[in-house]
Amino acid sequence: MSSEADTLLEMRDVRIDGFADEQWHAIIKGVDLTLRKGEVLGLIGESGAGKSTLGLAAMGFARPGCRLTGGEILFDGIDLMRASERQKQRLRGARIAYVAQSAAAAFNPAYRLLDQTVESGIRHGLLRPEEARAEAVELYRAMDLPDPEHFGDRFPHQVSGGQLQRAMTAMAMASRPDLIIFDEPTTALDVTTQVNVLATMRNAIERFDTAAIYITHDLAVVAQMADRIKVLRHGEEIEEADTETMLSAPQQPYTKSLWAVRSIRKQAEGNADKVLELNGITATYGTRPVLKDVSFDVPRGRTVAVVGESGSGKSTAARVMTGLLPQIAGTVRFDGRDLPPELSKRSKEDLRRIQMIYQMADTAMNPRHTVREIIGRPVRFYFGKTGREADARVSELLHLIELDDSFLDRLPGELSGGQKQRICIARALAADPDLIICDEVTSALDQIVQDGILKLLMRLQKELGVSIIFITHDIATVRAIADEIVVMYQGGIVEKGPKQDILSPPHADYTALLLSSVPEMEVGWLDRTLAEQGQAAS
Amino acid sequence: MSEPSQTYSVQQEAAPASPRRGWRERALIELRKAPLTAWFGMTVILCYLVVALFAPWIAPHGQAEVFATPYAPWGGKFLLGTDQIGRDVLSRLIYGARNTIGIALATTFLAFLIGGGLGLMAAISRGWVDQVLSRIVDVLMAIPSLIFALMLLSIFGSSAASLIVIIAVLDSTRVFRLTRAVAMNVVVMEYVEAARLRGERLGWVMRREILPNIMPPLVAEFGLRFCFVFLTIAALSFLGVGIQPPTADWGSMVRENAALIQFAQYDLKAGLTPLLPAAAIALLTVAVNFVVDWFLMKTSGLRDEF
Amino acid sequence: MHPIIRTILQRLGLGLLTLFLVSIVIFSAVEFLPGDFTEAILGQAATKETVAAFRHELGLDQPAHIRYFDWIGSVLQGDFGTSFSGRSASGVDRSREVVELIAPRLMNTLFLAGMTAIIAVPLALFLGVTAALYRNSLYDRIVNAGTLSTISMPEFFVAYILILLLSTIFPVFPSLANIAADTPLIERVYASALPSLTLTLVIVAHMMRMTRAAIINLLASPYIEMARLKGLSGRRVILHHALPNAWAPIVNVIAFNLAYLVVGVVVVEVVFVYPGIGQLMVDAVTSRDIPVVQACALIFAATYILLNLLADIISIVTNPRLLHPR
Repeated sequence: MSSEADTLLEMRDVRIDGFADEQWHAIIKGVDLTLRKGEVLGLIGESGAGKSTLGLAAMGFARPGCRLTGGEILFDGIDLMRASERQKQRLRGARIAYVAQSAAAAFNPAYRLLDQTVESGIRHGLLRPEEARAEAVELYRAMDLPDPEHFGDRFPHQVSGGQLQRAMTAMAMASRPDLIIFDEPTTALDVTTQVNVLATMRNAIERFDTAAIYITHDLAVVAQMADRIKVLRHGEEIEEADTETMLSAPQQPYTKSLWAVRSIRKQAEGNADKVLELNGITATYGTRPVLKDVSFDVPRGRTVAVVGESGSGKSTAARVMTGLLPQIAGTVRFDGRDLPPELSKRSKEDLRRIQMIYQMADTAMNPRHTVREIIGRPVRFYFGKTGREADARVSELLHLIELDDSFLDRLPGELSGGQKQRICIARALAADPDLIICDEVTSALDQIVQDGILKLLMRLQKELGVSIIFITHDIATVRAIADEIVVMYQGGIVEKGPKQDILSPPHADYTALLLSSVPEMEVGWLDRTLAEQGQAAS
Repeated sequence: MSEPSQTYSVQQEAAPASPRRGWRERALIELRKAPLTAWFGMTVILCYLVVALFAPWIAPHGQAEVFATPYAPWGGKFLLGTDQIGRDVLSRLIYGARNTIGIALATTFLAFLIGGGLGLMAAISRGWVDQVLSRIVDVLMAIPSLIFALMLLSIFGSSAASLIVIIAVLDSTRVFRLTRAVAMNVVVMEYVEAARLRGERLGWVMRREILPNIMPPLVAEFGLRFCFVFLTIAALSFLGVGIQPPTADWGSMVRENAALIQFAQYDLKAGLTPLLPAAAIALLTVAVNFVVDWFLMKTSGLRDEF
Repeated sequence: MHPIIRTILQRLGLGLLTLFLVSIVIFSAVEFLPGDFTEAILGQAATKETVAAFRHELGLDQPAHIRYFDWIGSVLQGDFGTSFSGRSASGVDRSREVVELIAPRLMNTLFLAGMTAIIAVPLALFLGVTAALYRNSLYDRIVNAGTLSTISMPEFFVAYILILLLSTIFPVFPSLANIAADTPLIERVYASALPSLTLTLVIVAHMMRMTRAAIINLLASPYIEMARLKGLSGRRVILHHALPNAWAPIVNVIAFNLAYLVVGVVVVEVVFVYPGIGQLMVDAVTSRDIPVVQACALIFAATYILLNLLADIISIVTNPRLLHPR
């Protein structure tokens, strides 16, 4: 148990309001938090849980449009609720530092990285300029940044995302703070980049014995970083325990349901009958090649997962299949016939049989059409149904996606993220398609909601026999639903085949890297992976 | 707030939507919540419209009726006195509402017809059509519009028709830019792509997917452009190259009575006479601005910072 | 070539091209003149010979493109042709060179605009930045309400209210701006006080609101939040972190409003009978003196284009992405 002297941060019954729709709403509804010196606390929850707001409150800071309304925040004995702005300024950047989610936006574009790294140390009078610069170079080295001597001479826009995120950790470390708040620092990064960033961040806080609050929605990531985990939901604490206990024996039903998310496993099946065949597809944006000789098949009634990181060309492949981006070489063969490359030359029947679902359901639905209009349009357009007949079909589709008629007259703005994505699925189903292309359809959603959508897609496939191409960067999703897998990297195919073949060794080099980089929900995964990746590299 | 359930269900992801209402009912509810400034603005606009529509019945005298008493003082037969050749100022103010607002409205409508139509076309077709139209607009906008209007008026002469056409064409460049920009934002949306993938015809996509989403900013812009056109026409008339006498018009009334301002020391009311039409212009512009502000806040959830 | 030089050259080229196209537009205006305009200018009694001589002088007997290059060639040498006024039916030509008419008045207008800019720009920037910093305070609200009402008023309304208050009721300043080439500076400033004040009020209102919006937009950037979370003082956040990124938006605001000033000057000059180029243009429009109108329009348009070009170039040279390419 923590003794008084050991405690670095103590928050009691903290309450924070946010301003929206012309009135104040409670965002944090009385949360307690205790952090000992050198300890790392993981703060997890879904979007809207209030984790960032709580993290910033630990610095005595409320974003514009938010206000601290009650409770106590004691940092090393200093009451941040009552401290003057000047007292708080003396703590921020000196004893408490912050690492933001988007490093690209959080660095000032007008200054060199070194000047920004050393700024708080010099401004707070902790270091002399030349000391601070030497320190910064050391930190860059510790963060595995390339050419640490000169790295700081660059401007933020001259450096990659992963390097910027490490530079930001170096900036936070520069004044040797007692506490660092990490606010989703790796969410915007590709998985293979994430592993190294996580490792350097963790080594840095271990080396200087810094306490940290690590905010994330990713359970597997937090398991690598935190000593203890606190689960938040709707601004309230659900439960808190040390990491091992939390992973092995969660107490609350909500936490258990979070943990259960990754339990879906579909038994992969093959089918010799192909609904779609891509042969040697090459495509360019202007003169820039984005797809190089891509070929794969989609078995009828099965799911093909196309995986890859940003820039791998996986979404471009979807644009070629739908005709939005005509290929310059190769053929798209659908149901035994070659489809014309251009959208305008495809028949209405061809268009009906291939449907697409997008990542952002928000922008995929016209905000001024009701659910009835959105789902009803394909019913009228393709099948000429009108009036009561069309309404009956729309209602049937709504039930198919586990919603009811009360949703008929809602606008997209009145739906949650998961409900919106379901409406998009219903719109695709309304065309009674042979093939649905799902482009990252779950990546903007919270884990539990993702789970619901994936189960729904699997059920629909079983009931309707529709074939699915599932484009994603998330290996967990692939494991859950794929029959076959296509791995893409920089516009080409690395590997393809049935799920069990791809996911079990031997792997192609890139597949191995990709698979090993996906964090797993067990303590010590990061160390093991780094060791393995280090071996593979040497 | 109720306790959130501990297990997951799709139906409960979001609170149930508010009951659906007809647009009449919704408009009434919005009106009741409207801020004081918006109410003020709407009341003023309504008054102006009534005066403009019923000018011949409201005005005590004709707009061009000349009496034998030039520069008559306020009160008596002429509530606000008479002007330099003996016309009733009040009657001219009332008719002025009709003429000035009428011409400004006609101009704004024409500007939106031209600019809005071409802007929509440019956004949808893109490619060379967009390039050509945008470059032409760039060149036209490189000449300050008041200066351009002055030049064109010197060539075509100052009639109501040429005034309307010239200002409308010049102003349509701004409408074009806005329509194109807003429509571009909508055209790249995935729901428009989805409609194209469905095989919808261009007309349907334009009418059903694009138009409803660009209407709110366009309506707000209509208010702002109306103000701008209104002020431009007033300025031109004031300069003597806009609406021509004997038609009553607020801009030229200021010009005609400007000399009276020198008498303010002796008779403050007389000194105020030339300011009346100017104040009438200012009041309407303020009113429209207030309503547009409120409308923007309602439709975008954002306050326009300008 | 350094990308910044390339970008600047591109902008310069684009500016010149625009100016060229604008000159064509202004030139072709004369093409739309009704056929009988020569009679209108020379009077009903003009003989065939005088009309023919006049048409020949204007070059109307030559193809349009040749006339354009003649015209633009002389303009580049500072010759804007000869005014239409002063002609008569008898062929006696008392018309004056356009340049003679314009030159002294252009100086007067530049003096008025310059005087206004010197007062208005710093004042507007100060009000805009402070209103943004103390957003939603009483100060912000007062400044905002004041500027919103000023924006909605036509310039001549502001002008006459000022005359009413500062010239008629409290005779502090003259309501007519009598200035000549030999007026001493102090008197010149005194005589231009009211026109300049009118323009200042109008410009400050616009510029202050735009500056405020630009600063507020900037203060919402994540890197400003980061600077606060680094424990920097409010002063340092604004001066060191916000300001260097604010140049581009602020310069654009200034250029936009100076361009607006160019237009506003026309009405204000007429109100105060200020002998500037704006009043000259309005008189020329009334008397349909096309060469003068064209010259004035070209000068106004060129000023407008140059100001915007200057703003563009300043934005470019303060953009770190262009200054330090990858």
